[in-house]
Amino acid sequence: MDFGPSERPAGVAPLPTAIKILIAGGFGVGKTTMVGAVSETRPLRTEEVLTETGVGIDDLSGVEEKGTTTVAMDFGRITISDDLVLYVFGTPGQDRFWFVWDELALGAIGAVVLADTRRLADCFPSIDYFEGRGTPFVVAVNCFEGARQHRLDEVQAALNLDPGVPVVLCDARQRESSKEVLITLLEHAMKTREARRRAVD
Amino acid sequence: MTVQGDSAEQEWVDDHAGPVVRPYAVTRGRARPVTGTFDLISLVMATRADVASESGLGPEHVAIVGLCQRMQSVAEIAAHLDLPVGTVRVLLGDLVARNLVQVREPRATTAGLPDDSVFEAVINGLRAL
Repeated sequence: MDFGPSERPAGVAPLPTAIKILIAGGFGVGKTTMVGAVSETRPLRTEEVLTETGVGIDDLSGVEEKGTTTVAMDFGRITISDDLVLYVFGTPGQDRFWFVWDELALGAIGAVVLADTRRLADCFPSIDYFEGRGTPFVVAVNCFEGARQHRLDEVQAALNLDPGVPVVLCDARQRESSKEVLITLLEHAMKTREARRRAVD
Repeated sequence: MTVQGDSAEQEWVDDHAGPVVRPYAVTRGRARPVTGTFDLISLVMATRADVASESGLGPEHVAIVGLCQRMQSVAEIAAHLDLPVGTVRVLLGDLVARNLVQVREPRATTAGLPDDSVFEAVINGLRAL
């Protein structure tokens, strides 16, 4: 689907390639904080207005006042170079909006699952989702002040992760720390890709 | 649109009351763009500096062209104009049909991921930030 513009007017520079990374995890775990920490602009919010019929659980017949649901996504932008732009999207937290996740995950090069060790179970749905889709992901344990420190191998065991999935500590408020998480994800995504390529050969 | 806060006596005022003009009014009832798919990270750039003299464009069309004098993603356009993404897609379809914007769709990466050079460029770019 890499259809670059075919009839570009003369004299107009080619547009860059855009890629995206998702930041997922439970409610209040720091997704938007991390988006803001790495973004070159303040995080932006975009909304999808969905008809309830799209949600697939409601019958609209005879219901007058129940037309649409709004799903908000926070995102940021990092300009890597003149021909490469990285977008980082926080996923909407509500589990009933999986189909929005499907749109977000399509074409994403990977995902960060943010975890809070006080509420580790909150990130299970995100992990299940990315495992099911085959999207490369890393788990980043956000070190909230006052949170009990766990050893990373304990977190890995508690989450029943594939041993290859990186688990790292981070401070989602800090740019450097959040950048390191993204770099870990990209390196992991490259390895995953290489492993899959070998499996095919 | 939901009301912020938890008071049962909240009144819906200003932004909380939702947009004055419903999204479908902006697109004149259309739910799908006439052309294009427009991923959230499709990049959009105007091909002309000014389209105010073009007939048949709404103020939102003109606003998109104004915003896209600098390259923007679909998600950014929606955020800056405070319009739902679906509405922006319809408006962009109109603009593409008139060649008023050019669009670069992202690479599909479910099957064919971008090549290693893209990953390496992003890693190096992040390190250099």
